[in-house]
Amino acid sequence: MAEEVVLMKGNEAIAQAAIRCGADGYFGYPITPQSEVLETLAELKPWETTGMVVLQAESEVAAINMVYGGAGSGKMVMTSSSSPGVSLKQEGISYIAGAELPCLIVNVMRGGPGLGTIQPSQADYFQTVKGGGHGDYKLIALAPASVQEMTDFVALGFELAFKYRNPAIILADGVIGQMMEKVVLPAQKARRTEAEILEQCPWATTGKAKGRKPNIITSLELKPEAMEINNLRFQAKYRKIEENEVRFEEINCEDAEYLIIAFGSMARIGQKAMELAREQGIKVGILRPITLWPFPTKAIASYADKVKGMLVTELNAGQMIEDVRLAVNGKIKVEHFGRLGGIVPDPDEIVTALKETIIK
Amino acid sequence: MTKEEIIKPENLVYKKPTLMNDNAMHYCPGCSHGVVHKLIAEVIEEMGMEDKTVGISPVGCAVFAYNYLDIDWQEAAHGRAPAVATAIKRLWPDRLVFTYQGDGDLACIGTAETIHALNRGENITIIFINNAIYGMTGGQMAPTTLVGMKSSTCPYGRDVKIHGYPLKMTEIAAQLEGTAYVTRQSVQSVPAIRKAKKAIRKAFENSMNGKGSNLVEIVSTCSSGWKMTPEKANKWMEEHMFPFYPLGDLKDKE
Ligand SMILES: Cc1ncc(C[n+]2csc(CCOP(=O)(O)OP(=O)(O)O)c2C)c(N)n1
Ligand code: SF4
Repeated sequence: MAEEVVLMKGNEAIAQAAIRCGADGYFGYPITPQSEVLETLAELKPWETTGMVVLQAESEVAAINMVYGGAGSGKMVMTSSSSPGVSLKQEGISYIAGAELPCLIVNVMRGGPGLGTIQPSQADYFQTVKGGGHGDYKLIALAPASVQEMTDFVALGFELAFKYRNPAIILADGVIGQMMEKVVLPAQKARRTEAEILEQCPWATTGKAKGRKPNIITSLELKPEAMEINNLRFQAKYRKIEENEVRFEEINCEDAEYLIIAFGSMARIGQKAMELAREQGIKVGILRPITLWPFPTKAIASYADKVKGMLVTELNAGQMIEDVRLAVNGKIKVEHFGRLGGIVPDPDEIVTALKETIIK
Repeated sequence: MTKEEIIKPENLVYKKPTLMNDNAMHYCPGCSHGVVHKLIAEVIEEMGMEDKTVGISPVGCAVFAYNYLDIDWQEAAHGRAPAVATAIKRLWPDRLVFTYQGDGDLACIGTAETIHALNRGENITIIFINNAIYGMTGGQMAPTTLVGMKSSTCPYGRDVKIHGYPLKMTEIAAQLEGTAYVTRQSVQSVPAIRKAKKAIRKAFENSMNGKGSNLVEIVSTCSSGWKMTPEKANKWMEEHMFPFYPLGDLKDKE
């Protein structure tokens, strides 16, 4: 397949990108608003073209453990789900992080808690960047704001996951999963051959070749001293990721007196709000974290001396705002604007919130 | 004859499988886990699959199975081994993939993963050690605990009014379209060990020949959990476990 320009949904783009980047396997379970990922894969039948395995598991628990198995055997494997499903996957995610395996997880968030709603939300921010499962671990979290980024972040997610042997997650929301946009799909990349996998992943459980020691994938270590060493190794890796992989976008920040900090679909709405505010003479810029972890702490901190205040807009009750407040460390006013339960606000609601909470 | 005269290579009739390393096993004396490990090592070796086998170890006493058999292993979360095995086998179809699971692992927290992997007909083998108790965590009740049998969480004996009935997972597995070979064995005597080995071999061969999924239950003892000597545990197993969990093949889709 050559490079192609098409109109499609964010969820469909995830499926297309997975095949085209040479993924070896997808394991998932249906849940709105992301079922199109599995549906699109089923329709495209990549097992007949690239040889990619696609399997509808019996549950999210099984799906993530299939990902654990596949990742442990050196393959490029992924899963996707939405909030309640991702909660079920947390056990497996913790195991994958503990065993230091590369994989890609996609969460197209919906409103909660509980069964909640099928409408868009960003309320799984804490779950994603602060843990979710048990133990001290981190996921490389990418937050797309367009269908193009849904496409691009599949390959990027895999690349970072393999670079650091760490699970990566695409944290999208229902808006990005469901909206249709023009997207450039990359040309088909070949899946890695068995020989390439054996060379690139000498740690993988592929069957003990003669002359090498058995490969053992485990997160178990009963001796506390050894477990502490494992954890220190994880933490050192996380510091390296924090140094090298922070990604964010800035629009109109140079002359800004106020900043909107937002990710995903809220950054798209924030962009319109910024335009409306500028028409009214309020100098607003927008900073959009692309990696939610590692968080663009330094970039945000650097604006604490330049702007008068920051409005953090999220589809939740105030989660990322905690990281923004930590970054500015009390130097300036940081307020929150959010809609809950799956409601997506209009841009002028954000302008009003900016005036009432920050500028007033 | 002196000992030195007897211990000669030409007199050797029995040896440790080369896949078993010299690590001292953590299992209690008389535990069935060690015997079954040895059988698996022998079968892999006899099949010449040393470099093509991936084992999935469970949560439970056999969590450290990877310390004893020199093959590649993945350690799975409690009950999830069949899901882990499913993916590995699908992604590496020419590998021999098996799980090794206790009754708590397979018949309780992992019931869904077990039934669905078997029903999909995954070309894997599930080795199921049924000692009717949770060994590792200190002898709590398992789904397979017999009626009247005591455990630390049913200290007055399993009462069906409170705890429900023991679960016969192997009988369930035999009903599933996806299973090729379902059998129940034991390892308390030499003849039993020989039969169990044959069963494991057949299951592994089926896995490689794409016949569907295979379940080998081994009715086992847990002298620590049962609070018996190994000898008494074996006797108790024969008297109480075998009537409820009768040995033999339940399904063989030749
Ligand atoms: C999610 C989870 N819940 C509980 C446990 C604790 N746990 C460890 S082993 C075990 C029971 C294992 O029993 P079984 O599978 O029968 O194996 P055995 O020890 O008897 O060989 C339990 C409940 C765990 N490790 N993970
Ligand atoms: S506790 Fe029971 S199952 Fe575990 S090693 Fe001891 S005898 Fe075996």
